[in-house]
Amino acid sequence: MKMKAKTIIAGISSAICLALSGTLHAGTLNGAGATFPAPLYQQWISEYTKISGGVKINYQAVGSGAGLAQIRAKTVDFGASDEPLKKEELDKDGMIQFPMTMGAIVPVVNLPDIKPGELKLTGPVLAKIFMGQITVWNDPEVSKINEGLKLPDMKITVVHRADGSGTTWNFTNYLSKVSEDWSKKFGCAKEIAWIEGTVGGQKNAGVAAMVKRIKGAIGYVESAYAFESKMTYTQMQNKDGKFVQPDNDSFQAAAENADWKNAPGFYMVLTDQAGEKSWPIMASTYILIYKSQPDKEKIDSLLKYYTWCYDSGANLAKKLNYVPMPKNVVDLVKEAWQKNLTK
Amino acid sequence: MVKNGKKGGYPADNFFKGLTFLCALLIVVIMTTLFIQLFYQSVPTIRKFGLEFFWSKKWDPVNLEFGALSSIYGTIVTSVIAMLIAVPLSFVIALFLVEIAGPKVKAIVSQALDLLAAIPSIIYGMWGLFIFAPFMQDHVQSFLMKYLGFLPFFKGIPMGIGMLTSGLILALMILPFISAVMRDIFQMVPPVVKESAYGVGSTTWEVSYHVTMKYGLQGVLGAVFLGLGRAIGETMAITFVIGNGYTVSASLFDPANTIASTLASQFSEAVSQPIFKSTLMELGLVLFIVTFGIQVAAQWWLNRIRLSSGGGL
Amino acid sequence: MKKRPVLFRRLTDRIVKIISVLAALVGIFFLLWILLEVLFRGASSFNFQFFTEISLDGENGGVANAIVGTFVITLTAVFIGVPAGLLGGIFLSEYGRNSRIGNLIRFASNVMMGMPSIIIGLFVYSVIVYNTGSFSGFSGAVALAIIMLPVILRTTEDMLSLVPNSLREAALALGTPRWKVTLHILFKAARTGLITGILLATARVSGETAPLLFTSLNSFYWPAEPWWHFWSFFTSPTANLTVTINDYAMSPYKGLNSMAWGASLLITACVLVLNVFARYHFREKTK
Repeated sequence: MKMKAKTIIAGISSAICLALSGTLHAGTLNGAGATFPAPLYQQWISEYTKISGGVKINYQAVGSGAGLAQIRAKTVDFGASDEPLKKEELDKDGMIQFPMTMGAIVPVVNLPDIKPGELKLTGPVLAKIFMGQITVWNDPEVSKINEGLKLPDMKITVVHRADGSGTTWNFTNYLSKVSEDWSKKFGCAKEIAWIEGTVGGQKNAGVAAMVKRIKGAIGYVESAYAFESKMTYTQMQNKDGKFVQPDNDSFQAAAENADWKNAPGFYMVLTDQAGEKSWPIMASTYILIYKSQPDKEKIDSLLKYYTWCYDSGANLAKKLNYVPMPKNVVDLVKEAWQKNLTK
Repeated sequence: MVKNGKKGGYPADNFFKGLTFLCALLIVVIMTTLFIQLFYQSVPTIRKFGLEFFWSKKWDPVNLEFGALSSIYGTIVTSVIAMLIAVPLSFVIALFLVEIAGPKVKAIVSQALDLLAAIPSIIYGMWGLFIFAPFMQDHVQSFLMKYLGFLPFFKGIPMGIGMLTSGLILALMILPFISAVMRDIFQMVPPVVKESAYGVGSTTWEVSYHVTMKYGLQGVLGAVFLGLGRAIGETMAITFVIGNGYTVSASLFDPANTIASTLASQFSEAVSQPIFKSTLMELGLVLFIVTFGIQVAAQWWLNRIRLSSGGGL
Repeated sequence: MKKRPVLFRRLTDRIVKIISVLAALVGIFFLLWILLEVLFRGASSFNFQFFTEISLDGENGGVANAIVGTFVITLTAVFIGVPAGLLGGIFLSEYGRNSRIGNLIRFASNVMMGMPSIIIGLFVYSVIVYNTGSFSGFSGAVALAIIMLPVILRTTEDMLSLVPNSLREAALALGTPRWKVTLHILFKAARTGLITGILLATARVSGETAPLLFTSLNSFYWPAEPWWHFWSFFTSPTANLTVTINDYAMSPYKGLNSMAWGASLLITACVLVLNVFARYHFREKTK
C-alpha cells in the first residue's frame, strides 16, 4: 500500500512539473493590427515557426486602429499599425514603435475593358475622385491624362475602408499633400468623414472585394492585395511628374531617400517622395511595444523573432512586393531596443 | 422509505430550492448588469451630444463628432423591408401549412423552414456577398431601375450591396420564425369553428380570412414583434452586404449602416478612445432598449389575447 | 344572380391557394440555393489536410485548430449554461409558477433571448477581456453561455410543466424529498424534451460569430499545445470556425478563401445535422 501511494504521488507531481514546465516557455505571443503587412507577416510567421523551437506568434489582422486600441488596452503583446505615432504620443503611452517593412498603396479600379497598369492617374485627379468632384470615368480631366484610352461613361463608385486603417492614414496623407482642397476638407487620419454615396469595405481584403464586385469602382489597397487577386491597378504620377507603374523598382526608389536617422521615434512618412522612378504612395508599417517589459522571456522571444525578420526575411518581403528595411535602419532599431526597453 | 416529516422541510430541499432560485435569478442579474454597463459606458457621449445625437448624420472619427441617425435609419429601413416581405409571405406559408398541405408536404416544408432558421448568420453573409449581391446587381436592381426608377427608392447605382439586398436577406432569415408562430396560431383555431364555416359553403380562403385570421390576428402581431426583434439585431449577415456608408439616403441601392453593423465594424478600434467607445455603447444601449420595449409590447399583447380569448365562439 | 359571386369566390380561393404554394416554394428554393452553393464552394476544400492540419501560411494546411477550438468553446459554454439553465428552469416550473419573481425571471429570459448577440459580445469584452488583459476562448464561451442560458431556462420550464402533477404528488406522497423528485423522476419523464432543447441551443450557439469577434478572437495555432496546457484557453485567443470564416472570407488568397468556404460548409453541416437529429429524436421518442 505504501509503495502504491508513493508511486501515485510521484506520478502526480511529475505530471504537475511537466505541465508547469510549459508555463516557463513563452507560449504564444499575441499581436494584432494592420492588414497592410498581413500577407507578409503571415509568411514570416509561417517560416519562422519552423525554426523557432516552439515559440508561436499569433498575429490577427484587425486593422491599424484596432491594433493600436488593443495594445493600449494591453490585451495583446504587440500592436501593428501603419500610422506613425509622434514621439510625444508614444512617450505618453510608454511605448516605442519601430518600422518592420515598407510597402506600397495602389489604386485599383473595376473597369472591364481596361488592363492592369493601363490607366493613368495623378494625385490631384485622385483626390478629386475621392472628394466626389469627378463623378464619371470619361470626365475630361481623366481623359486628358489618358490619351488613346477609351473610358466608359460609367459612374465612379468610391470604395474606402470601413474600419480604422493605417492604409487610409497614409492614403489620405498623400491626398492632403497633393490637394489643398482635400487637406482642408478631410485631412489625414485612420478614419475620416467620407462623402456620401461611398462604400466601405472591412480591411484591405474587404476593399478589394468591394471593388471587384462593383463595376466602375475605385479603391486603394496595399499592393499585395492588388496583385494577388489580379486586380486592375493604375499608374500614378509622382512628384517629379513622371508616370510610374507599381512594381518593385518604383517601390524601392521611393524608399531610398528616407532619412531614418533624424526621424524622432522612427516617425516617417513616405508619401509623395521625390525621384523620377518613385512610387508616390508608399508607407512604412510599425510594431508597437511597451518600454517596460517585466517578462524577460517574452520580450526576448519577440525581439528574436523581429531580428529574424530583419536578417532573414528580406527575400520573402521582396517576393511579395514589400520593401525590406535597409541595414542601417535595422541597426538604428536594434539600438532603440537597447536604449528603451527596460526589463 | 418513508421518512419522518420534519418541520421546515428537509435541509437538502431548502438548499435545492435556494440553488434553483439563484440560477433562475442569474438571468435577471445578467440583464440588469448588461443595462447598467451599457448605460454607464454611454454617459460621456450622452453628456457631450445629448439628444442631438439621434438626429445627427455625422460620423467623423477624426474630430470625434458622432451621430446615430445613419445607423438608426439603416436599421429601420432594412427591418421595414424585411417585415414588408416576410410577414405576408409567412402568412401565406402558414396558411399553406395548416389548410392546404397534406401531412407529408407539411412535414417537408416545415423541416425546410426549420433548416432555414438554423443556418448560421455568417453563412447568410457569405452567400449574400458572393452570390446574392451579384445576382441583385446584374438582374434585379437594373430591372427595378428601368421600370421603377422614377421612385426615389430605386434611383442610385446598382452595386448589389446596400439596404435593399440587406433587407431581402433579413426577410429570408426571419421568415421561418414568423411563419412558425403564425402556423401555431392558425392551428389553435378550434376545428369546430372552421368546420361550421366549411359546412355553410365557405371556400378555404374565406375560412382563413374571416375565421382563422380574426381569431389569430392578435397573435399574429406577436409574431410580428418576434420577427422585428430578430431583424433589428442581426449582425453578421448584414455587415457583409450593407456597404458601411454613414449616410441617410432615400435610395435603397445605396450603402448604409445598421446599429449592429456599426458596432461590429468599429468596436475593436474604438476601445481606446473614450468618446468613440461610449458612442458605440450608446448605440448598443439603443438596441437594448428597443429589444426590451419590443418584449414589453409583446407581453402586453399576449395578456390582451389571454383576457379576450374566452374560448369558443 | 348568385352565380357570379360563387365564381368570384372560387377564383379568389384558387388564386390564394396558388400563391401559398408558390410562397412555400420560395422558401424551399432559397434554402436549396444557399445550401447547394455552400456545398459546392466548400466541398472542394475538403481534404485530409483540411481536417487535420493547421495553416500558418494560408496556402497549405487546414482548419483543424479552428475545429477543435469551436468544439472546446461550445462545450465549455454548454458546461456553464446548461446546468444553470436547468436549475433555473426547475425553479420556474416547480416553485415559481405564478409568483411575481417567477414572472420577472420569465420576462428577463424573453428579453435576453431577443438580445442581439453582438451586444452580449461587447458586454463580455468589457467585463472579462478588458479586465483580464487578454482575449480568450473562455470569454467567448461565457458569451455563448449567456446566449444559451435563457433558452435552456425556458425550455426546461416548458418541458417540466408538461409532466403531470400526479407524478409529483405520487413521489412526494412516498416521502421522496423534493430535490430527488425533480432530478430523478421529473427529469426522466421530461428527458426527451430537455435533451432536444439542449441540442438545439448548442447547435445555435456553435454557429455564432458576433459574440466571438471581441472575446476569443482567432488564432493560427491549436487551442493548447501540448493538449494538457489547457490554461491558454483562459489566457489566449482561441481559434474557431466562425471567426475564421469572417477573417478569410474576403481574402484575395485562394487558399484562405477556399478555407473560408470549407469552414462554412463544415459549420453549416454540423448545425443542420444537429438540428435535424434533435427534432427527429424528439419525434421518435414522443411517439
